[in-house]
Amino acid sequence: MSSRFDNERVVLGGPADNAAVLFELEDVWLRRGGRDVLAGLTAHIPAGATSVVGPSGSGKSTLLRLLNRLADPDRGTVAYRGRSLLDHDVLELRREVSLVPQLPALLEGTVGTNLEYAARLAGKDGDGSRCLHLAGLDRTFAQRDVGKLSVGEQQRAMLARALVQSPRVLLLDEPTSALDEVARDAVEEALQGLRGERDLSLVLVTHDPAQARRLGDWVVRVERGKAVDAGRAADVLVA
Amino acid sequence: MIVAQVSSIDVSLGEVAGSVALVALAAAVSFWRRAELEGDIAVALVRSFIQLTAIGYVIKVIFEQDELVFVFALIAVMVLFGAIQARARAKRVPHAFWPLLIALSVAGGGTLALVVALGIFDPEPRYLVPVGGMVVGNSMTAAAVALNRLGDEVEDARLKLEATLALGATAREAAAPFVRRSLRSGMIALVDSTKTTGLIFFPGTMVGMLLAGADPTDAVRLQLILLYVLLGSVALAGLIATSLAYRNFFTPAHQLREPEVETPS
Repeated sequence: MSSRFDNERVVLGGPADNAAVLFELEDVWLRRGGRDVLAGLTAHIPAGATSVVGPSGSGKSTLLRLLNRLADPDRGTVAYRGRSLLDHDVLELRREVSLVPQLPALLEGTVGTNLEYAARLAGKDGDGSRCLHLAGLDRTFAQRDVGKLSVGEQQRAMLARALVQSPRVLLLDEPTSALDEVARDAVEEALQGLRGERDLSLVLVTHDPAQARRLGDWVVRVERGKAVDAGRAADVLVA
Repeated sequence: MIVAQVSSIDVSLGEVAGSVALVALAAAVSFWRRAELEGDIAVALVRSFIQLTAIGYVIKVIFEQDELVFVFALIAVMVLFGAIQARARAKRVPHAFWPLLIALSVAGGGTLALVVALGIFDPEPRYLVPVGGMVVGNSMTAAAVALNRLGDEVEDARLKLEATLALGATAREAAAPFVRRSLRSGMIALVDSTKTTGLIFFPGTMVGMLLAGADPTDAVRLQLILLYVLLGSVALAGLIATSLAYRNFFTPAHQLREPEVETPS
């Protein structure tokens, strides 16, 4: 597989060579607040684990929002598994391609009611305790009021809420930004475990190159609204 | 069926002028405590005099004509101005005018049709005009409060809404808690005042009838009817306004629209 970018660099090889392409973004433009947040972005995201890196304000989070249609581009196309996103049922797409936003935003009530709500939307029974465990929380958190959780705990509860829907793709926007080192390592370990256990693909937005290297097989670097580089993590993220 | 009896009191302009002394007191309080409401009080004084005097003559003509078409025309004008007025309170709700217009139309028309169908009032201008005015006025207040709250709720909870949409919830499912709270805030004032009526305050209709020399039991019964009618109409207006207005925050693809950028005036 090859990807062509504005800087004319052609990225070849890597784990995406034999992996199915999950997302294809072609000349995507999106304007918000009077500026082009995405400015002709073209990129392929393969199955597996992809890290999207780049400086603040480069359009990483916006790119993630396009992938489960929380927003649509002004111009350009986004395809998922070979079909335009517009041809997918938007609600089914969001249950299959689940986004965990950077800032925790749980519904009022307990963590348990949040998990039940998400499971009900997806029509799944969802093993809440298991999902809590995978997200690094013990089962007693199901009874905890979300208003009394730390930001880090809320972030992990958001992850558990997404997992209970059994998505095929997990979109993670800076999933460990509010966590200390120990909690961050626990979540990263959980994400690594999930990939093996559930055949889950990850698309991870992070500003931390070390985390991108740890979690991503493939890396897309975004700057000023464009994908300026892509390839195997070891090639793109030179230590 | 309510049967009107001829009972009226004569009120001279001199007596109205005498009551202005209390308005002067309000202005004096504002001036003394620097509440800076003197201008608004003056505007309120002039507008209330002009508007009520004008509507008094309009109602007089409608009563003399005794034609329902004039009643409908008056109610339609009240609904239109009510929707315009309420929209000013719901600035954060995109395109709030149409939900408000529909809500007030259905609440006003539906409530009047119901009270006639139930045999509470005869379909005559002398009943439908005052009842219609109260229904539209209270519905406007409730719908305005509900949409004002809805606008604040949605804009303050954009992250939460988007996080819920991201799970595959429909716009309706994601907005449900906010719509529920907004409807509640639109209705709660009338519900509370209905609970305390007779204990803490005497409502206007009852006071008016007592001043006009009506039997207290008749005054109370008519007041109860109006309170119950208003509860129904306010609930209807709030329900329709919030149920239609929340949709304007979302695209057909269940995406939260970007907030409209306010243009400098």
